[in-house]
Amino acid sequence: MKTAITTSANTRPSQIHPSLDQPSVMKTSKGKSLASGLMCGITIISALFLLSGCSGGAGKTSEVAGASMEDIENQILKLGNGNEPQGLDPHLVTGVIEHRIITSLLEGLVAEDPKDLSPVNDGVAESWDISEDQKTYTFHLREEAKWSNGDPVTSNDFIESYKRILTPILASEYAYMLHVVENARAYNEGEIDDFSKVGFEAPDEKTLIIKLNNPTPYFLSLLNHYSWFPVHIPTVAEHGPVYERGSRWTREGNFVGNGPFILKEWSPNEVIVVEKNPDYWDADTVQLNEIHFYPIESETTEERNFRSGNLHVSYTLPLTKIPVYQEKHPALLRIDDYLATYFYRINVTRPPLNDVRVRKALTMAIDRESIVSNILKGGQKPALSLIPPNTAGYTSEHQQEQNFEKARELLAEAGFPNGEGFPSIELLYNTLEAHRTVAEAIQQMWKQNLNISVELVNQEWKVYLDTQKNLNYDICRAGWTGDYVDPNTFMDMWFEGGGNNDTGWVNKEYEALVNQAAETSDVEERLGLFQQAEKILLEESPIIPIYFYTRVYAIDPAVQGWHPTIFNHHPYKHLSMQAPPESLSAE
Amino acid sequence: MLAYIVRRILETIPALLIIITMTFFMCKYAPGGPFDSERATTPEIRKRLEAHYGLDDPVYVQYFRHLGQVLSGDFGPSYKYPSRTVNEIIAESLPNSVELGFYALLTALALGLTTGLIAAMFHNRFLDFAPMAIAMLGICLPTFVLGPLLILFFALQLGWFNVSGWGAASDRVLPALTLGIYYAAYVARLSRAGMLEILSQDFIRTARAKGVSELRILFKHALRGGSLPVVSFLGPAIAGLITGSFVVETIFQIPGLGRYFVTAAFNRDYTMVMGTVIFYASLIILLNLIVDIVVVWLNPKSRFE
Repeated sequence: MKTAITTSANTRPSQIHPSLDQPSVMKTSKGKSLASGLMCGITIISALFLLSGCSGGAGKTSEVAGASMEDIENQILKLGNGNEPQGLDPHLVTGVIEHRIITSLLEGLVAEDPKDLSPVNDGVAESWDISEDQKTYTFHLREEAKWSNGDPVTSNDFIESYKRILTPILASEYAYMLHVVENARAYNEGEIDDFSKVGFEAPDEKTLIIKLNNPTPYFLSLLNHYSWFPVHIPTVAEHGPVYERGSRWTREGNFVGNGPFILKEWSPNEVIVVEKNPDYWDADTVQLNEIHFYPIESETTEERNFRSGNLHVSYTLPLTKIPVYQEKHPALLRIDDYLATYFYRINVTRPPLNDVRVRKALTMAIDRESIVSNILKGGQKPALSLIPPNTAGYTSEHQQEQNFEKARELLAEAGFPNGEGFPSIELLYNTLEAHRTVAEAIQQMWKQNLNISVELVNQEWKVYLDTQKNLNYDICRAGWTGDYVDPNTFMDMWFEGGGNNDTGWVNKEYEALVNQAAETSDVEERLGLFQQAEKILLEESPIIPIYFYTRVYAIDPAVQGWHPTIFNHHPYKHLSMQAPPESLSAE
Repeated sequence: MLAYIVRRILETIPALLIIITMTFFMCKYAPGGPFDSERATTPEIRKRLEAHYGLDDPVYVQYFRHLGQVLSGDFGPSYKYPSRTVNEIIAESLPNSVELGFYALLTALALGLTTGLIAAMFHNRFLDFAPMAIAMLGICLPTFVLGPLLILFFALQLGWFNVSGWGAASDRVLPALTLGIYYAAYVARLSRAGMLEILSQDFIRTARAKGVSELRILFKHALRGGSLPVVSFLGPAIAGLITGSFVVETIFQIPGLGRYFVTAAFNRDYTMVMGTVIFYASLIILLNLIVDIVVVWLNPKSRFE
């Protein structure tokens, strides 16, 4: 899923909007009266500050109101959702915030377990068979699955939807999620025109066969990505072109879905309201009557909404508020592991960074523990490998070393004893306070441990992406979120010419190992191949892993069934609102 | 007068053309494009996306197409929000910004003019210095400080208003105050200066000598001329107010145009940038024209200039 951590943060307001020419300020007056006037003004402002509890005192404003009884009784869940979604068409959108809304409106073949997100038969398919070679999946759809207009959900609906997302002219950015299917890539890239050659088959209305290129152990969890969700093609057609952009079928009043909720209201930049779908096959399980998604871009505005009880779960929490919650409302603060890594890319095509000893020295000379505990303070974990620990049973056996002494030796070996003669290099990051703080800390660590100078450069998001893509940098900040729970989602990006490599690093042995893993059906053997591949990656060090992300947010104790999950997914049909015991609500 | 108006309207055509052209080329040559994201799209998909939006045409073709779109008043689909058009987005969000701007303007005028008049009446006395010092603070205190302060006090502490949102009628109060106080400060200083200048003129002295009451002098003789600086300020101020303030809309979570104006540039949403810039530019030009006409009407002297 697209890296929400970086992209959404990037659009946060960081400067004021100079919207008009300000007239020049007039001359100031003089004398005693001016002084008393100023005093008068300052008094008013400071009174506001004091009354608002800004002075850090135990003001009423640091209290949290909690969910209202009305919301609890009516089973209404109010979620902060970061930003206005790009849209609600699962074939066109690319973000995490869209995923959060779409999963309430549409349902795929399988569903996620609310605790560990493993694929369960709680979706449209009531069961499935997997062939011996693990390349053919046969799904048996449930009889009672219906669209919100009453039509039954059929295997053909799925095939028509897959055809739509794979159609070249729709230019779906997430179509590649389906490339694991036989000939899907060829069709998507316009090499073949005959969709019947793509590995989908519908022997009858309720049976769907999907043929894969390779045994893909993560295939079932892949199905939980919205790119695999069905859409109601006749509805899409009714409101615009099916195979091109621009259909208005996702609008309020038009949307036809098969999920546990239906779209009730969509007021852009204000709120999206979904209400319980009475025709949903598993409606008895659904306890919430409504979910309200608030696209609140400003973290501080969102946090104030949470405090006033207008939000039951916040999307994020401002960095400065984490210690406050830790101290005053620990029960409301949640820090969940997240399948994402914060790292630096190194441009291996530029000297002296083309020398692996220099790259390793840079990696070794960072005190990651200090970064996570002194700067970030959000429960992040220091990263000495790329893949977060315990990703689908995979934990890196090889870790990058953190050894300042050895780092100095390596640098000396590379011809820069005590950093002498080391050219000044640039460290690029996209303009954001948190990135700057981390970069400054690392700049200082390298100065202290290696005696080398690094210049910090920040660029606006799109400029930064452009610079990175064109290898116009020395070292640059990056983040990567897994698309699905499998090491492969972190491994297949470092191929020659890969759109997300952006380091200039090429290693054929590495590529062979990752490709071999893709064709291996034995779980242990496959993970072993990934271990070997990651070892090469870490030893060659085209990247410097820094920390594994966490998601930090606030949650009202009234929200039930919200388990910590690695993608921050929370299948809505298992959630409910319940008045918390007194001890918590008194907080 | 008519010739003057016609001439002014004709003058706006090259101005708008320059704005359109500059916006277009600045968008085009800014690094990064609408489809760049941390997760790179495959070259095939990118090519198709560019083809779909006509971004693969030569630049001059794109330029004239944009020009055509502007002339027809249809800015096309937004790149960032594929199911919505720029016109729709402007139509949806502008009324909210206009409403907020209207209340903010009322606040600014009510507070600003009163303060300015009082200050002018009590020139160089406490009732001059105190309001002017507060106005100075109002100018210095940015909306992103004042807004949260008002929220903390009136919404979280007293619970009189919602902390953000745009649903209830009472949701207008705090944002209008935040935005209005900032402008009120300018209005106060400008109206004071304008009044002082007029009050020192001969015709006012004559009126005083004739024994006209001070209030009558203020409202009947001085106000019309004294408000001229405020009127000139109001042109760009109104344009700024009704097209929305990015900061205030973000703090109070208001679905207005001001936020699109800024985020469109961050997103490289070319059509959205073009749409909002041209809309804003036309509005400024139009309002300046109206202001100039009003100034001529208020100040008979300028009719001879």
